Amino acid sequence: MSGHDSKYFSTTKKGEIPELKEELNSQYKDKKKDAVKKVIAAMTVGKDVSSLFTDVVNCMQTENLELKKLVYLYLINYAKSQPDLAILAVNTFVKDSQDPNPLIRALAVRTMGCIRVDKITEYLCDPLQRCLKDDDPYVRKTAAICVAKLYDINAELVEDRGFLDTLKDLISDNNPMVVANAVAALAEIQETSTRPIFEITSHTLSKLLTALNECTEWGQVFILDALSRYKAADAREAENIVERVTPRLQHANCAVVLSAVKMILQQMELITSTDVVRNLCKKMAPPLVTLLSAEPEIQYVALRNINLIVQKRPTILAHEIKVFFCKYNDPIYVKMEKLEIMIKLASDRNIDQVLLEFKEYATEVDVDFVRKAVRAIGRCAIKLERAAERCISVLLELIKIKVNYVVQEAIIVIKDIFRRYPNTYESIIATLCESLDTLDEPEAKASMIWIIGEYAERIDNADELLESFLESFPEEPAMVVLNNATVETDNPDLRDRAYIYWRLLSTDPEAAKDVVLAEKPVISDDSNNLDSSLLDELLSNIATLSSVYHKPPEAFVSRAKSASAKPDDDEPPLPILLPSSTGQGLQISAQLVRRDGQVFYSLLFENNSQMLLDGFMIQFNKNTFGLAAAGPLQVPPLQPGSTARILLPMITFQNISPGAPNTLLQVAVKDNQQPVWYFNDKISLHVFFSEDGRMERANFLETWKSLPDSNEVSKDLPAAVIHGVDAAIEHLAAANVFFVAKRRNADKELLYMSAKGPSGVPFLIELTAAVSVPGVKCAVKTPSPELAPLFFDAMETLLK
Amino acid sequence: MAGAVSALFLLDIKGRVLVWRDYRGDVSAVQAERFFTKLIEKEGDPDSHDPVVYDNGVTYMFIQHNNVFLMTAARQNCNAASILLFLHRLRDVFKHYFEELEEESLRDNFVVVYELLDEMMDFGYPQYTEAKILSEFIKTDAYRMEVTQRPPMAVTNAVSWRSEGIKYKKNEVFLDVVESVNILVNSNGQIIRSDVVGALKMRTYLSGMPECKLGLNDRVLLEAQGRSTKGKAIDLDDIKFHQCVRLARFENDRTISFIPPDGSFDLMTYRLSTQVKPLIWVEAQVERHSRSRIELTVKARSQFKERSTATSVEIELPVPSDATNPNVRTSMGSAAYAPENDALVWKIKSFPGGKEYMLRAEFTLPSITAEESTPEKKAPIRVKFEIPYFTVSGIQVRYLKIIEKSGYQALPWVRYITTAGEYELRLM
Repeated sequence: MSGHDSKYFSTTKKGEIPELKEELNSQYKDKKKDAVKKVIAAMTVGKDVSSLFTDVVNCMQTENLELKKLVYLYLINYAKSQPDLAILAVNTFVKDSQDPNPLIRALAVRTMGCIRVDKITEYLCDPLQRCLKDDDPYVRKTAAICVAKLYDINAELVEDRGFLDTLKDLISDNNPMVVANAVAALAEIQETSTRPIFEITSHTLSKLLTALNECTEWGQVFILDALSRYKAADAREAENIVERVTPRLQHANCAVVLSAVKMILQQMELITSTDVVRNLCKKMAPPLVTLLSAEPEIQYVALRNINLIVQKRPTILAHEIKVFFCKYNDPIYVKMEKLEIMIKLASDRNIDQVLLEFKEYATEVDVDFVRKAVRAIGRCAIKLERAAERCISVLLELIKIKVNYVVQEAIIVIKDIFRRYPNTYESIIATLCESLDTLDEPEAKASMIWIIGEYAERIDNADELLESFLESFPEEPAMVVLNNATVETDNPDLRDRAYIYWRLLSTDPEAAKDVVLAEKPVISDDSNNLDSSLLDELLSNIATLSSVYHKPPEAFVSRAKSASAKPDDDEPPLPILLPSSTGQGLQISAQLVRRDGQVFYSLLFENNSQMLLDGFMIQFNKNTFGLAAAGPLQVPPLQPGSTARILLPMITFQNISPGAPNTLLQVAVKDNQQPVWYFNDKISLHVFFSEDGRMERANFLETWKSLPDSNEVSKDLPAAVIHGVDAAIEHLAAANVFFVAKRRNADKELLYMSAKGPSGVPFLIELTAAVSVPGVKCAVKTPSPELAPLFFDAMETLLK
Repeated sequence: MAGAVSALFLLDIKGRVLVWRDYRGDVSAVQAERFFTKLIEKEGDPDSHDPVVYDNGVTYMFIQHNNVFLMTAARQNCNAASILLFLHRLRDVFKHYFEELEEESLRDNFVVVYELLDEMMDFGYPQYTEAKILSEFIKTDAYRMEVTQRPPMAVTNAVSWRSEGIKYKKNEVFLDVVESVNILVNSNGQIIRSDVVGALKMRTYLSGMPECKLGLNDRVLLEAQGRSTKGKAIDLDDIKFHQCVRLARFENDRTISFIPPDGSFDLMTYRLSTQVKPLIWVEAQVERHSRSRIELTVKARSQFKERSTATSVEIELPVPSDATNPNVRTSMGSAAYAPENDALVWKIKSFPGGKEYMLRAEFTLPSITAEESTPEKKAPIRVKFEIPYFTVSGIQVRYLKIIEKSGYQALPWVRYITTAGEYELRLM
């Protein structure tokens, strides 16, 4: 059944738009339809065909369903850029929403909900009202979702028109698909509202559990996910719920299974009978195991979830460790997750078999996987005291293979084992010393030196061995040498030597900094590493992204508001960039801002002229970060004396100007009545600082070390001031500059912070300042030192 | 707990957008494209290949098929399992429509693609994925008619997988019981895991709305009915049913009752984790005379009853990537060197039970090797085979009752077959 639509892509001649215009207005149906297809093809490849708006909309009144769908698609894409013309379509929409054919009624209401233009939304209410009560379930299920769409655009309108009550009535609809979509819509609306909108009573619960048996697999997921919020009154109710949900574990759809598991785990919290709990655990195990026969992407999600489940209920899969053994063809991301779970399930009973597996993996080819396998052996040694010796002997066998990165990784984990079990396994030190010369990674070297230092009195030639490291001192990363120096040792000679180097290094502030940051971590079994409140939150989010990331939803959810979002009233005034004296009465104030993880250009238009201004458009010149408007500027016609505040979403790296980075942003604005206005703005780097810029200490240290010193730049910011350390940390965190560590040096506070700039460039920051004294010294290390001047500007702005 | 995706992208092999559908107006195609092309460029970095990746406030989830990526972008905490599964279903629907899902077929049918994306997902929530029913009201050009269609009842019915009014002259059901054996043997010759994954694959050609009831030799059911189960009944570890099966009913009295979709589908899958004796055992001895040659001596033994015969047996033996000049002798079947897979493939057309065959091979190795000894890729021996008229589990279809109100008689045909799934034996 192959089509030949690709021919529509092939018209790329110069006069394409006028040609299309003509064809769209043709009196022949086929020609018209072909023309619309060409327009959609052009739209698909990213060409701007918005100028054909009127002509395409004129094709809307047609009996041909395919053509109608294409026109609707066009409208979804371009209505935003032509809000005034979009009104032309309203009549047809309203008419279509009353068409005898349910397909067309549903199509009309579905599409209208996708057109995010305020004016259209008002006209949507009546058709939506009708469609929510339509005779045909297909129309009702579409209308149910449409309420959520409308709520997203204009929540007030939805509440004023009483759509929420109608939606709630649909929970009792006789059609399961309608019920499922109503649940999805209500759950979404509840998420954005602080008021209780969708409260699940025991009555709704029972109705929804019945609907579960009849709706599609996707609908079952909506319902199960919504019901997992329900808190049962007592153990008996919880047991009843579980009983009705368990049959879902037999569903072929993995998402249904996972959502059912989520719900059962939630209710199990309330169940007191140990027999029932044990029985449920037994019931859940086989379906969880079967998830590993699914597509690899699903396996990945399942494994991330199983990781959480076994932390909470270790017994569920205690006997199933074999199913997590890696297959040769498993994708690497599946293997990595399986390894994590194997460590979690490792016990005295199965450790021999697990070690055999790890040993096998440690000889595979994928370096990252091999390293992780070696680390896994170490983690098992730390977790299972009785197996530690066996783990060490496997590590020694691996060292003998003499594969460079295996040896280094093994040394690192052996150091941890030594720290966990002091004075137990030093007999193997001699073997370790043999591989001394193969070590070339800082972490491995540091580990080796730690071992030598710690057991110096038991190693005859300890100082000789250390000497070999010290010779290379000048080119060593600081961590290696300093670790050496900070080692506590009983050997006076060694200590003196270390002391000299210590003093030597203290004069070097950067190295000293590393001493401060490189705190010894406490060595413990870290395989059950999530704290219990976070774990419970993640478990209530099973199957969702939160459970995949192992982070609570608020850490990554970013509801970017659409262009129509209103800026808050209490915001500081925007700088005036085009004074009305220059702009013939038009005044523009503007500034780049960051909101919900996105960059916006916040603009304020004031019409101080004597005439109406409309048809505003905006254009940005090439700039360092390639900032450009993500969509058209939507300014309502401005009456004399009126103002408008706009948040224009921006995208980056669109039209980049070559040359050294600078902060210049040239903007051009025009309207229908006046000449084009040009003005300059200044880009402040901090609008690019992203929400995921937080760095762990270890990562910070590693990154710091991996960057050459030439990448470090520092500057005094005379206008900046820190009034209090905690306040400053909080203030900077709000601007996505994150705290890593701090210390005091005499009367100065030193703060170490991290931020992530445009295209993920990390900034490692050191701030030195005396509290409440103006003047902050800011040092920054980054792979892109050319951005440093811009960075200092941004920091000064933030710390003013 | 609610969450929907913001947009769905179909991308070419380099990560450029072919078609995309914006569901919520809060992500940018340019941004998505830039992120994804960068991700693909970074190939080799395993972490970047996780199917769920986060960038600048947006989560991207993707699967690959041929030269096409199917990807969603989301700003909310959506159900990852459901969305990834939806992408797989979307792939199946495209395959049903265009036979091949690839860049070309998407371009060639972009109108239908848009229509499907509009119907299958609304506001980022999965809606409907039954290819057969979809094709009743969304048709490609060749089949398009001018009459306006209505949505088939099935779209919103409780029976969402079958349309009414289906008619066949001859009512037939084909039921294939396919069991695939997964096995992993470590280098000490120990079986470290083995399981059997079975599937009941149905092809139905039935008129009307037939009520079906399937009886298996399920121990739990037979015991509940108070019948004797001597030797013949089996325990199934985990059963998964197609959505047409009434799960609550099964939970109650283990009855498998359903109204089947039309055509082929998997009625149920099950898993058996009891240890089974490997059906075909392979032992390989590798003698490596460093820098000159390598010798392989391989024994393959069939460990099932003599009355069964394995067919299309393929034993893939790994050889070093720098080996040349193969010299192979076999006591049965033929062997071919497949340097592109660094393997020697030994094929035996028919391998009866209780037999043992041999293979000897010799390869030349280069006399010079790189100084840095990088570890060799340690591929396992992999085996493929089929054994017709045989199941490992001993599962039996006791009956398949078909009742339709028109009262026709339908013939069920049942076949059994066992195949090798992931059948890996690590080299000693």
